[in-house]
Amino acid sequence: MINCPYTPIEIARRHIGQTERAEYNPYLKMLTSRALVRGLKSGFWRPLSSTSSVQAAHGKDMSPDVLDPSVQQYNNRLDTPLSDVPFVRNLNSEQRQLKEKEKGPWTKLTKEEKIALYRLTHELTYPEMRRGSSEWKTVLGGVFIFLGFSGMLVWWQRIFVFGEVPHTLSDEWVEKQTQRMIDMRINPVGGFAYHWDYVKKQWK
Amino acid sequence: FSPVGKMFRPVVRLSTSGVRSLTRTRPCYSAPLASRCYSHAKVETDEEFDARWVTYFSKPDIDAWELKKGMNTLIGYDLVPEPKILDSALRACRRLNDLASAIRILEAVKDKSGPHKDIYPYLIQELQPTLIELGISTPEDLGMDIL
Repeated sequence: MINCPYTPIEIARRHIGQTERAEYNPYLKMLTSRALVRGLKSGFWRPLSSTSSVQAAHGKDMSPDVLDPSVQQYNNRLDTPLSDVPFVRNLNSEQRQLKEKEKGPWTKLTKEEKIALYRLTHELTYPEMRRGSSEWKTVLGGVFIFLGFSGMLVWWQRIFVFGEVPHTLSDEWVEKQTQRMIDMRINPVGGFAYHWDYVKKQWK
Repeated sequence: FSPVGKMFRPVVRLSTSGVRSLTRTRPCYSAPLASRCYSHAKVETDEEFDARWVTYFSKPDIDAWELKKGMNTLIGYDLVPEPKILDSALRACRRLNDLASAIRILEAVKDKSGPHKDIYPYLIQELQPTLIELGISTPEDLGMDIL
């Protein structure tokens, strides 16, 4: 122990830490088993809500090419009206012709051409950016489903798990009990017997 | 002072302390107890701000990046730009042959006005000569203000 690099308290701590590890504790081992963790991770709602199909149903853009942060990307932001790059980078010949026409007087452009030029550079207009989604309905629905399910479980438990209520809660017993409490003058000042009118023999 | 400029922009005060001159060790040059110790930096007036931005967008050889940067910065401020700044920006778009950005600018200032629905019609009214001259259609004309 003279040349031991660790102090006694560290050795003790390590030992305590070790006993808490899964190898020593069979219950902990079960709880932290890979299968269970994977099961919890692949969970229930999380992958469901973030799958492309659900997100796409709610109108969110899930294309993978917007996810590279090292490349200048187009984004729809209310606080950044002009994005770094136009929405459509690779123009076909028709679009290129339109761009050429844009170099001339804009009074010569038709409304459709102006809209087309706008859509080349920007994906969404401001009202489209501000539009909400119906995701809240899915979320609320999911919440209610789970609450309902829990309610079902509680009800099942009430019927099949819980036994009979003790006989001391039967009406007959409670009547006799109450009479006894009145006779004993339980809490005569501010509590129970205070509310009993001993003259008229009824509750106040 | 232009009352119109004041309408659009909250006054930015550079205050560093309240009315606590007794406990402050920093020298307050005005003696009375109720005075406030503002920083001695010069506050830019509304006209100076407007002039600065008009000059920025008026650069004859402005490039696309400068336009984007200027516009994004301007929209980041807590104000709706004056018509003269927007006029300058729209002309910059014309020099850059960028109609889409011009329309986007109009959309952005409408969005910037937030709940104050009377600002945008005023801006369009002021910008009407420029819009007609340059041939810029408003988002309303193009049916882009509704979904």
